[in-house]
Amino acid sequence: MSYVAVKGGREAIERACDLNEYRRSGRSSVPMSLGQIREQLHLGVDRVMGEGGLYAPDHAAQALLQAAGDTFEAAFLLRAHRATLPRLGCSQDGSTAGMRVVRRISSAFKDVPGGQMLGPTSDYTLRLLELDPLEDPVRRQEVLKERLFRDLPGGTEVPDTFPRVVDLLRREGLVEDADGNDDEPFDITRRSMAFPAPRSARLQSLARGETGALLMMAYSSMRGYGHIHPTLAELRVGYVPLLMRHARTGEDFVAGEVLVTEAEVVSRFANAQGEPRFQLGYGMCFGQNEIKAISMGVLDRCLRSGTASCPAEDQEFVLYHSDGIESMGFSNHWKLPHYVDFLSDLDRLRKAKASHAGA
Amino acid sequence: MRARDWATGDVPHSKTFAFLDEGAKKDVRRALLKAVAIPGYQVPYGSREMPLARGWGTGGIQVTLSMLLPEDVVKVIDQGCDGSVNAVNIKKFYGRVGGVGITTDTALATVVQTRHRIPEERMRADQVLVLQVPCPEALREVEPSEAQTRRMHGEADYARMWLHLYEDVVTFGEIRISYRYPCTVNGRFIMDPSPIPRWDVPKLHMADTLFLFGAGRERRIYAVPPHTRVEPLEFDDHRFAVEDFAGKACARCGARDTFLDEVLRPDGTHQFFCSDTGHCDKRMR
Repeated sequence: MSYVAVKGGREAIERACDLNEYRRSGRSSVPMSLGQIREQLHLGVDRVMGEGGLYAPDHAAQALLQAAGDTFEAAFLLRAHRATLPRLGCSQDGSTAGMRVVRRISSAFKDVPGGQMLGPTSDYTLRLLELDPLEDPVRRQEVLKERLFRDLPGGTEVPDTFPRVVDLLRREGLVEDADGNDDEPFDITRRSMAFPAPRSARLQSLARGETGALLMMAYSSMRGYGHIHPTLAELRVGYVPLLMRHARTGEDFVAGEVLVTEAEVVSRFANAQGEPRFQLGYGMCFGQNEIKAISMGVLDRCLRSGTASCPAEDQEFVLYHSDGIESMGFSNHWKLPHYVDFLSDLDRLRKAKASHAGA
Repeated sequence: MRARDWATGDVPHSKTFAFLDEGAKKDVRRALLKAVAIPGYQVPYGSREMPLARGWGTGGIQVTLSMLLPEDVVKVIDQGCDGSVNAVNIKKFYGRVGGVGITTDTALATVVQTRHRIPEERMRADQVLVLQVPCPEALREVEPSEAQTRRMHGEADYARMWLHLYEDVVTFGEIRISYRYPCTVNGRFIMDPSPIPRWDVPKLHMADTLFLFGAGRERRIYAVPPHTRVEPLEFDDHRFAVEDFAGKACARCGARDTFLDEVLRPDGTHQFFCSDTGHCDKRMR
């Protein structure tokens, strides 16, 4: 009977949840372990941590498993979990000069102090789908290990710090000075943003942004709807210490290490500190997610343009529409019943048609 | 909280009553107090992520959770229906994290949370209606920027909204806004009453009940206190009108004075049923 059909029905909802659960459990395959996901799908885990706003590789792996690989859903699971955790404090400022670097490149200069360190990346691979039957994965790992580490000269010193390219440019007066603002940052998870938003709120919002959304908006600026033709002064991937101040002793301590990607973009000079200097766009996100860090750097630079001349320079446009959890939730909500609203729409249309016919 | 348990119902209770930590509840309550003090004004607040998706009632959920007491009895409806998907999801959540009573009878509820409807039964002074709001800004229809709409509210600069309605009348002979009909609250702020149909708008005017509006994704809370004027925007020569159900009745309970859902039948005919299923059930008893 149609009356029942318009109700969702508790039972039907329960079974839909069960079916979803059953389908992702791998009916005929071996269930995946969190370790497999964390190590072999590590870029997915990194992306979910960034968009979820929580640095927790095991939790992110669990979220990715539970969401059957859907990064929107996985980031949402992580965010919802994060929302139940107390906010213990704010970390101390630190410089990324001391980063334990995994990868570090500059496209501004052929060589930079400390050198270009390519590190693990798919940038230089040929994108050939490996359709041949996979060779023994264990054997393959051994061969790679041998090739990578056999000829490693003993006693090679890895430098403790890599000077930041932007600092070198800054010393020559080519890049604007840092604003030196060390107020406690605005926390968008505790307060609602007002516009124009302070830079800390903008950066936090971008750092939690959905990778594809940031890429799309940054790309629009690079391609034509904007003026940002970025030079990547430096891109780094590596571990930075998380420095906290002890609530009782007042002393700083290292709470752990966080893998981050950092991008510093210079583009278009403007008048800063009384003379023309390059303005800087800054991007940083959890894990290795270079597309996101670069997009964020470009967008940070875009959002510092005084008046918005294109969508990517409009704070509200960029920040309100780049959160994956919000945009996916709202887009999905159109699947909820809207028959009351639609009936009201129909009533308006019928009224307007009657008025049209009568005119 | 594990998903498996989520589906079967064996979810352990969260550490605090009503899921939200006390700090979050305090934030929401502060915003609620301000909202009640300035009827129709959108108060920004630090909306938290909920285990339900943004756009699925997270604002209403936070408002309800922040004021629930263990002795409360809650009714949750979606499009007027107690058994519709959104209402079922939310009740599932409340049942597990709050331990409150659940009812489908408007008269028995202390708190009613709703998506897109106001119950047909007139609510009392000792009850609260919480409305889930997707888009809290009525002026968004004419202005996309939040900074601009906040300024417009501050200056009561509503000319563009009036012009928008006027242009509709000129072009179509009717105002096209159907649900989410903009209203002036207490003679001051233009307010989005949430996507309730026009039918429900008069129920907000000079009511005995406190109405609280929560928009989680947009991080806004607003309120209509009891005995407050809520007037739909209208012109002297073009009055506001509710949906027309003349000559139609509920095919189940026979009601001629309720908002009706239209159902298409396989033979192409239309049938009508009460949208407020709790009310319809009560009439059948």
